[in-house]
Amino acid sequence: MTKPVVDLTETTIDALPAQLGVYEIVDRTGTTVTIGYAGGREAFGIRTALHRELTDHGVGGLRFRHEFTHGYLTRWQELLMLYEADHGALPSGNVGHLGTLGRLSPLSAEPAPTGSN
Amino acid sequence: MDLTLSDEQQLIVDTVRRYVQEEIVPLEADLDPDAGELHPEDQARLIQKTREMGFYGLDIPKEFGGPGIDVTTRALMAIEMSQHRAGLYNPCYGTFGGAGLAQLYEATEDQKERYLFPTLRGEKKGCFALTEPSGGSDPARAIQTRGHRDGDEWILNGSKLYISGADKADFALVFARTSDDPGRNGVTAFIVDTDTPGFHVRRVVHTLRSTHYATELQFEEMRIPAANMLGEENRGFAIANDRLSRQRIPYAAGCLGAAIKAQEMAIDWAKNREAFGGLLAEKQAIQWMIVDNEIDIRHARYCILEAAQKADRGERFRTEAAMAKLVASEGSGRVVDRAIQIHGGVGVTKDLPLERWYRELRIRRIGEGPSEVQRLIMAREILGGSFK
Repeated sequence: MTKPVVDLTETTIDALPAQLGVYEIVDRTGTTVTIGYAGGREAFGIRTALHRELTDHGVGGLRFRHEFTHGYLTRWQELLMLYEADHGALPSGNVGHLGTLGRLSPLSAEPAPTGSN
Repeated sequence: MDLTLSDEQQLIVDTVRRYVQEEIVPLEADLDPDAGELHPEDQARLIQKTREMGFYGLDIPKEFGGPGIDVTTRALMAIEMSQHRAGLYNPCYGTFGGAGLAQLYEATEDQKERYLFPTLRGEKKGCFALTEPSGGSDPARAIQTRGHRDGDEWILNGSKLYISGADKADFALVFARTSDDPGRNGVTAFIVDTDTPGFHVRRVVHTLRSTHYATELQFEEMRIPAANMLGEENRGFAIANDRLSRQRIPYAAGCLGAAIKAQEMAIDWAKNREAFGGLLAEKQAIQWMIVDNEIDIRHARYCILEAAQKADRGERFRTEAAMAKLVASEGSGRVVDRAIQIHGGVGVTKDLPLERWYRELRIRRIGEGPSEVQRLIMAREILGGSFK
C-alpha cells in the first residue's frame, strides 16, 4: 500500500467513503498490528471495519492506511503473503491465518547479491 | 438424441439439487459475497456427507477408487452443483472432492506413489503450469521455458503466468521446450516439487475473479530428477492437450448451472416486481429477454448432453465438446446479463449472486481455451484438417 498512514480516530474513519477495500493498522512505533479487509457484508464498507478495529484495539496511538478495491479478498491475501515474505512472520493480529496462506518469493524479498563489481 | 433422464440419473440429479439447496446455499448467507471457501468445520462435515452419499471423488477413475460415474451423469451433476453463488469456480466448495491432476493417471508407478496417491488421499496438492507470458491459446508454439538435460537431471529456466494454486501447491506439472522443434513435438512435461531450489512464485495476478488470484512463476536453474519427467521426452504437449479436451464438458455444464439459476431468479423477480402499473412479466420487453434466456439455456443443454452422450458411447466428441464449451460459456454470459437487466439496480449489488456470475462468466469465455480456439478446433474437423 502506498498511501501515508493517518491516525485511527472516529474523525478520520468517518471521513472515508463507504467503500470496500483493505487496510493496515500500525502502532506508534510503526509496527504493523494487523492487515484486514472490508468485505461485501460490511454495512458501511471500510468505515464499519475500521470502527470495529478501533473498538477492539482502543483509542490511542494507532494509525492506519487503506486502499479501496473490489478485489479485497485477493489483495488482502497478497498483502499478508508479502508481509510474511518480508518479515518472516505475520502481524500479531493475523497469526491465525498462516496455515491458509500461500508462499510468495517476490524479487524484493530476496537478499541482495554479494560479490564485487 | 434422447434427452430423457434414466431413473438413476433423475435420482442423482434430485439428490444433488437437494444437497445444494439444503446444505450449501444456507451457509453462503453468512459468508462474504466473494468467499471461495467454507469454514473448515462445515467443509469437513459436508465431505463426510458426500462420502456417505457415495459421491466423493467424482472424477477419480473407478480403478483408483472413484464412483465410476459416466460422462452424461457427471455433466448433469455439474449443472446442479454450480447453482449457488460460488458455484462457477467452486462448485459445492469442493465437498465432492477432486481428482487431482488427470495427467498423473498416465504417470509411472513410482510417480503415482509419490504424487498421485498422496493427492487422492488429500495429503498433497498439485498445480498445472502451462501458460506463459508469451501466450496461452497456442501453448505448443508459445512455450519458451527451456529444459536441457544434464546427466540424471533436467535444468529448467523460464516463467509461467496465470497459474492457479502454485503458491499452495506441493508440486507442479511444468511444460518446457526440450528440443529445437518450435511446435508441439518439442515440449516435455515434468513433475516439479515446489520446494525445489529455483522455483519461485514471484507475484499475485489479480483478475475479475476477485475470490481467487493467479500467480506468476519463475524458474531459475531449477534441477529436476530425470525420474520426474512425465511421459515421453518431447511428447508433453499431448499430455497437456488431453486435459484441455476432456475438461470442456463439465466446464460447459458449470456455466449452464449458473445460467439456469439466474433465469429462475429473473422469472421470479419479473412475476413479483411491479412497474408502470403492472408486473414486469407482463411487459413484452421483459418477456423477450426471458425467452432469449431460455433459448440460450436449451441450446447449451443440448450441446452439452450431445457431447457427453457421444463420449459415453466411445465415439469421437472433440467437435461436440468444443461446441458445448463455446455455446455454454457465451450463452450463459448473455443469460446472466439479461437477468441483471431485468433486476435493475439490485442486480448489480453484492446482495445477489448475479454480479459475481457476471464477472466470472466473462472469464469462462477465455478459460480452458477461448471461443476462437473452440471455433478453430471445430473448423479443422468440419473441413477435414488444417489448411495452413
